[in-house]
Amino acid sequence: MSTATQPYLVFDEITKTYPGVQALRGVSFGVEKGTVHALMGENGAGKSTLLKALSGAHQPTTGCLLIDGHAHVFASTSAAMAAGVAVIYQELHLVPEMTVAENIYLGHLPQRGGIVDRTRLNELAAIQLRRLGEDIDPACKLARLPIGQRQMVEIAKALTRGAKVIAFDEPTSSLSAREIEKLFTVIRDLRREGCAILYVTHRMEEVFRLCDACTVLRDGAHVRTHPSLQTITPDVLVKDMVGRDITDVYGYQPRAHGPVALHVSGLAGPGVLSPASFTIARGEILGLFGLVGAGRTELLKLLFGATPATEGSIQVHDVPVKVQSPADAIRAGIVYCTEDRKKEGIVPIRSVLENCNLSARRKHVSLGGVINETWERKNALTQTTALAVKTPSLDQLIKHLSGGNQQKVILGRWLSEDVKVLMLDEPTRGIDVGAKSEIYKLMFKLAAEGMAVLVVSSDLPEVLGLADRVLVMRQGRLADEFSRADAAPERVLAAALPIDTAAA
Amino acid sequence: MTASSVPASSPKFGGAAALLDRAGMLLILALLVVVCSFTVPNFASPNNAESVLLQVSTVGIVATTMLFCLASGNFDLSVGTLIPAGGVLCALVLKDTGNLVLAIGAALGFGALVGLINGVVVAKCKINPLITTLSTMMMVKGVAFVFADGKSIGIANDAILNLANAAFPIFHNARGGVLFQITAPVWICFALFFLFGFLLNRTIFGRNTLAIGGNEEAARLAGIPVDRVKITIFVLQGAIAALAGVLLASRMGIGDPKTAQGIELSIISACVLGGVSLTGGVGRMSYVIAGVFIMGIVENAMNLLSIDSFYQYIVRGAILLSAVLFDRFRTRR
Repeated sequence: MSTATQPYLVFDEITKTYPGVQALRGVSFGVEKGTVHALMGENGAGKSTLLKALSGAHQPTTGCLLIDGHAHVFASTSAAMAAGVAVIYQELHLVPEMTVAENIYLGHLPQRGGIVDRTRLNELAAIQLRRLGEDIDPACKLARLPIGQRQMVEIAKALTRGAKVIAFDEPTSSLSAREIEKLFTVIRDLRREGCAILYVTHRMEEVFRLCDACTVLRDGAHVRTHPSLQTITPDVLVKDMVGRDITDVYGYQPRAHGPVALHVSGLAGPGVLSPASFTIARGEILGLFGLVGAGRTELLKLLFGATPATEGSIQVHDVPVKVQSPADAIRAGIVYCTEDRKKEGIVPIRSVLENCNLSARRKHVSLGGVINETWERKNALTQTTALAVKTPSLDQLIKHLSGGNQQKVILGRWLSEDVKVLMLDEPTRGIDVGAKSEIYKLMFKLAAEGMAVLVVSSDLPEVLGLADRVLVMRQGRLADEFSRADAAPERVLAAALPIDTAAA
Repeated sequence: MTASSVPASSPKFGGAAALLDRAGMLLILALLVVVCSFTVPNFASPNNAESVLLQVSTVGIVATTMLFCLASGNFDLSVGTLIPAGGVLCALVLKDTGNLVLAIGAALGFGALVGLINGVVVAKCKINPLITTLSTMMMVKGVAFVFADGKSIGIANDAILNLANAAFPIFHNARGGVLFQITAPVWICFALFFLFGFLLNRTIFGRNTLAIGGNEEAARLAGIPVDRVKITIFVLQGAIAALAGVLLASRMGIGDPKTAQGIELSIISACVLGGVSLTGGVGRMSYVIAGVFIMGIVENAMNLLSIDSFYQYIVRGAILLSAVLFDRFRTRR
């Protein structure tokens, strides 16, 4: 498909310097017309910065973009759009309270004498949506669409502006398996129509299924561009990304299990439709697998008291505990690392110190609730050192840390408590390969010390690589259980698939 | 990947930058005082200093708890009518019973009750604090007028008048008149600055307040009793507003339901001027002190320069807007 001439989109020696950080160091590579080009790298490798230069959100310090041979430095996102560039971010830039059609044509609504021509608007939008194989009512409010369809709306929006260069930033991170299939079909269509597509992802499997070429960044520098993925293996890309071999990502070793740490019987509540009963032993890692929306997070939130359970009981180390709020759960030794770090984990505008001590500080106060600053600083230092958190200081605002480091601070917050049951909800989502393996190691270490670990992940290999035993949830119910030996990927996945749509 | 780097203190944010962040507005305040001393006639006199201190004390007292309200991501307009209502209630009870403790207790109790209603509605019923406190503001206004029967109520009790005018230290001029003194409302204001500054910085209650303002859901999932903290903040806010009302009434010698109109906006703008974030999570007592005094001094200077009050509004609004624009510019860089 590629031609001998210059690629359609070329990054030419792009550098970007922020105060104190060299985010990009002379990145150069090309994306051919009619190809899907993967962009990979650990968090902090410079992928987002590169996308920002492409979208016009930020300007490179030096270097420029070539589109169809013409040099550009986009001063704004509208300049990039005018040149036919669209970047589709993880967090979609849509207005939930407006209709689908309005969102697609936002900024250039069809009008007649200053009045929006609604009939034409809806007609045009319907045509765009049909082109993407979507049967969505254009007059429907965006907020009523599931996330997968919203992404289609974003793509339609890009297409109406005549985008010839489309960049996707981890588009599948919150999609279901079926939505992913649909998205891939659309991306393949776009490729056939001659778009140059840049596809940022952490998921190796997607690269090999979807992409034609792949570029790897590391520490802001261009490592390598593979013009074809025919002859290379995932190991090669991982090596490019981390600069070393990762032979066994998980490093699982069997452990001895102690007596039961957590005994759950008949727990039900919002999102968990039929009562769930299970146990976890001390030193055991229990994996909880299921598709998005199967009720995994909801089950953890019931256990943590974040949503009230309607029935059921919980025992921790053989002592019945009443969990009606997160505070109750924490006191009983059950802690929970949330799936959505940004929304439910960190307090972004407070320091690492503050975020680390948010919970455990209550145990170290003097009369009248006066906090013990010496203890807090010492504890935060201990935790961040033990977890190898990379931060310039404890007083750094946590929002300036990378995702992996934020996750470690949250872990530090919980490890400051007397934890008996550690619940982790998608602990490695959006985290780079290096930090991932550190978190895996930590989980094994904590389990070896006798902690019971309950881990939820959408990444099947991850669940199978970590867990001693796997529970599967399906449509709000605990559907199946596998020992590590029995947990073949196909069997676990089959148990997770919805029954009524499994044929589809 | 394995190297950890957590120095105990920051190399990047240490020294000047951190100091500027903590004290930036205090420096501007100091500058303002110096400039006014040289350019505004009669500004740098002991008498004027006394009157500035007394003038800002009402806003200052209520701003201490407003800081908590804003820092937790909330908002309280009802203080605007709680101040006159507290004064009226105190004056009424004094008139009927002559019991000072009972009078002050009734006013503070009423303030705390209104705060409790605000807090429960905001925290438990999840109603927007702006709407909630706008409603209670109107209701409290009505209550004050009903109690006072639309009139102002004179205070004849010597004990409370003496309390409000108690002063230390007192400097006399050559003719034996008072040159400069710091009266009780000012001392109470300073004490509250210190008390609530300590609460915010050094206690669980204060740190939880900031965490809730920074990310309520994360705070809840970290085991923080979010609702309880919010309700406590509103109760404190109500009681402190009523206290400010009692002090104001005793200073004036009347409980007047029509006094202090629009003061809620002065209080909130003083906080915001100092750098307290309206969206929550960011706030320090030094910000509030700076904001309260900058507003007070600008107003005082304009009065001394005999600037028409119509123009004063324009200037005060412009100052507030430039302060928030400056803040945005500073945090963006």
